[in-house]
Amino acid sequence: MRAFDCERIQKFWGEVLVAIHFTLNGKPTTLDVNPDMPLLWALRDSLNMTGTKFGCGMALCGACTVHINGEATRSCITPVSSIAGKKVTTIEGLSVDGHSHPVQKAWIEIDVPQCGYCQSGQIMSAAALLAKTARPTDAQIDDAMSGNVCRCGTYNHIRKAIKRAAQLQAGGSKSAIIEQNAPVESAENAVDALVGGAE
Amino acid sequence: MSFATTAVDRRSFLKTSLTGATGLIVGFYLPGRREVLADSAEPSVLNAFIHVSPDDKVTILISKSEMGQGVVTSLSMLAAEELECDWKQIRTEFAPADRVYFDPAFGMQGTGGSQSVHSGWVPMRTAGATAREMLITAAAQKWAVDASECHAENGKVVHTATKRSVTYGSVAEAAGKLTPPDSKTIKLKDPSEFKVIGKATKRLDTPDKVCGKAMFGIDARRPGMLHASVEHCPVFGGKVASFDATKAKAIPGVKDVVPIMTGGPGQPPVMTGVAVVADNTWTAFQGRKALEIKWDEGPNASATTESIFKMFEEKAQTPGASSRKEGDAASAMSSAAQKVEADYRVPYQAHATMEPMNCLADVQADRVDLWVPTQFQTPSQQISAGIAGVKPDQAFVHTTYLGGGFGRRGWSDFVMEACQLSRAMKAPVQVTWKREDDTQHDYYRPASYIKMAAALDADGNPTAFTARVACDSIMNWFFPGSIKNGMDQSSVEGVTDIAYDIPNILVDYQLVSGPVPQGFWRSVGASQNGFFSESFIDECAAAAKKDPYEYRKALLAKKPRHLGVLNLVAEKAGWGKPLPKGMYRGIAVLESFDTYVAEVAEISIDKDSGVKVHRMVCTLDCGQVVNPGIIEQQAMGAMVFGLTQTLKGEITIDKGRVVQANFDTYPPLRMNECPKMEVYIVPSKEVPRGMGEPAVPPVAPAICNAIFAATGKRIRKLPVTLEDLA
Repeated sequence: MRAFDCERIQKFWGEVLVAIHFTLNGKPTTLDVNPDMPLLWALRDSLNMTGTKFGCGMALCGACTVHINGEATRSCITPVSSIAGKKVTTIEGLSVDGHSHPVQKAWIEIDVPQCGYCQSGQIMSAAALLAKTARPTDAQIDDAMSGNVCRCGTYNHIRKAIKRAAQLQAGGSKSAIIEQNAPVESAENAVDALVGGAE
Repeated sequence: MSFATTAVDRRSFLKTSLTGATGLIVGFYLPGRREVLADSAEPSVLNAFIHVSPDDKVTILISKSEMGQGVVTSLSMLAAEELECDWKQIRTEFAPADRVYFDPAFGMQGTGGSQSVHSGWVPMRTAGATAREMLITAAAQKWAVDASECHAENGKVVHTATKRSVTYGSVAEAAGKLTPPDSKTIKLKDPSEFKVIGKATKRLDTPDKVCGKAMFGIDARRPGMLHASVEHCPVFGGKVASFDATKAKAIPGVKDVVPIMTGGPGQPPVMTGVAVVADNTWTAFQGRKALEIKWDEGPNASATTESIFKMFEEKAQTPGASSRKEGDAASAMSSAAQKVEADYRVPYQAHATMEPMNCLADVQADRVDLWVPTQFQTPSQQISAGIAGVKPDQAFVHTTYLGGGFGRRGWSDFVMEACQLSRAMKAPVQVTWKREDDTQHDYYRPASYIKMAAALDADGNPTAFTARVACDSIMNWFFPGSIKNGMDQSSVEGVTDIAYDIPNILVDYQLVSGPVPQGFWRSVGASQNGFFSESFIDECAAAAKKDPYEYRKALLAKKPRHLGVLNLVAEKAGWGKPLPKGMYRGIAVLESFDTYVAEVAEISIDKDSGVKVHRMVCTLDCGQVVNPGIIEQQAMGAMVFGLTQTLKGEITIDKGRVVQANFDTYPPLRMNECPKMEVYIVPSKEVPRGMGEPAVPPVAPAICNAIFAATGKRIRKLPVTLEDLA
């Protein structure tokens, strides 16, 4: 009976609506949307998580950058079907209180944002960079950040803030490593550790 | 220039802007408003900028749009300077649309022209001082002492003799019942007493912008809202001939397909687009792909960039409307020892704000609400009221953060779309443009063509300068029919006001109406004319065989503020000092929006990759400094904007439509291309002027003058291409 129902449902929807289970900022999350929908729009319109921004829709500007299993990823070209079982971190989940990740701390200290629209993506790219490269060189910063466009021209402030964040990170935390290697089910603990470690 | 506006009485204004709040509201008249609004039937009404609540929070209402230029912080600093509150008490809210917030410079509520700090300079400080006096009076009454025995400090009123104190919050309610003092009796601080103004105060909006909390227009959400996206006619001036929505409507999640009409006073509405309304944005985008639309491409279907420039060049052969005439340029030309002549051109530019155009509208029977990233609240209010069929005071504009503006958000086309859709759907509708829509349906920085000539005497000094500009007019697009005698100042600013000491000057303008919509673009006319005039003076220096800095310096002897920034930039950049092999310098200086900026570019040239800019040094004099940190941000940001225009971006036209679409074809400057930048401020006691725009214009000429130093080739067309360097 159960199998029959499932088959009927799938046939009826033509596989349009299949629940996708994943972890979003440490919380088990389910999406019932067209599996082709880019993660960006599922976040913004279905889950009301508007911190991740739409800029170009073609992975050309980086405004939509999120972490998928720790990798900086352009959510505007990432279909939700591809995130099943994965761990997604958005700007809202980078730190529990919204400002205690070393990158966020450095961004506040250096006063990076102007209009601020691209900054979620900039911060997510910078956090991913620092998770892998504790002391990035200018060339490494260029490599990691040149996919993120800022029309206000905050690039010099961003460069300075990334270097500052590297110092803050070195100063008392293995946070980035914890975040990257944390198993999906303990992601919330990882975020706690990150906050605790960074303080 | 002012929009006719229906008055909002004080009571309804308070209800609108301060719902649920109690406490002190302080108002004042904006100086000069009465004169600006002389064509308005209503007298000026009381304004409200400061609210102190019983829990000691100070709310500053920000009447300007925050698009990155820092107004939330800088306007709050002006108020806080006089209010004597603790900076930590300050909260801000964007003000509603109301005529009490009209900027005298525009005759409406809006943000632009590097105007906000300048136009807020007296009013915001007066608001702070007036509030402070009322709080003091309330505390004095509570203590039954004379107000003159009390003073305010750090968010408290203190009885000076006894050191008794009360917090602002505890006397706010009583203060709110007092009659505000006449603002004429208020004495503002002398600059020597400033404690807040001039300090590099951290931006108030940063914390919300590093955690995804800051609400931009595109982030606005309402219960039951729908999402829409519009397929616009790709050809300027074209319209929808017919469309078939069957396939689009068959897509799950598509709610409806709705025509978009464009029109205005005196123009019959024309169907220029087709909107797909869906339960999410992506489905609306998908729906657009399924639309079958036949376009009537109209009269511009064969327009190209070259056909447009051909019009400019033809028109530039004959005199246009006179902009500046001093002395007798013609006879000076005929007796010149040497003549320098050159034609320059620049292309159209799109704004490319990071946040694409959008608006959320909720049209109801007796009101309309907008959540919108707009630079100009008054037209948004007028247009939404018109479409909703309500009175303007029933149109509520909730200004959000703007994900960039650069002039684009002075237009209300996206507001018109959202209101039409909400009205049709009887639900809140958010219209979201794709990047491609944003690039292809902008109001562009004018493409422009100029013929310049200079007469030099035997010493190489210019005795005459002539310039003829040929381009379309922004003002003619913004206020159709507003152009009198063929002159639009924004088409010639940056060249007609050439600051050099030249006895004979003749500047005129040929207005060439074209098919491409024109708009204000960061630094407006100076963005192209600064490139023209500051490259051309460099040509004169070269013809005179003189150093470009020394040449300018000599010709600016009577212009102390130009000289101030010019000399400082030469010093800071090490002008004249040897550079490593393969590195070259170029210099430029220009005043725009009453702010003086000089820049030196250091570049190298690679035959395969082109120009690399290594360092930009910027010096500026914007009068009294309010927030040096924000000034530095703005100067650096403006230089990045200028670098993009110089080296990257170009909008071209083919078959009546824009060729470029996304960031691959209209590339912005990126991190790896961004030079080292330095900003130095020349101290000044003059009234503060804006910094949003004036650092843009010197970038292109500084870089192109460096290219000349490197190659001996003069760049007379932007953007710079590899062919220009070969």
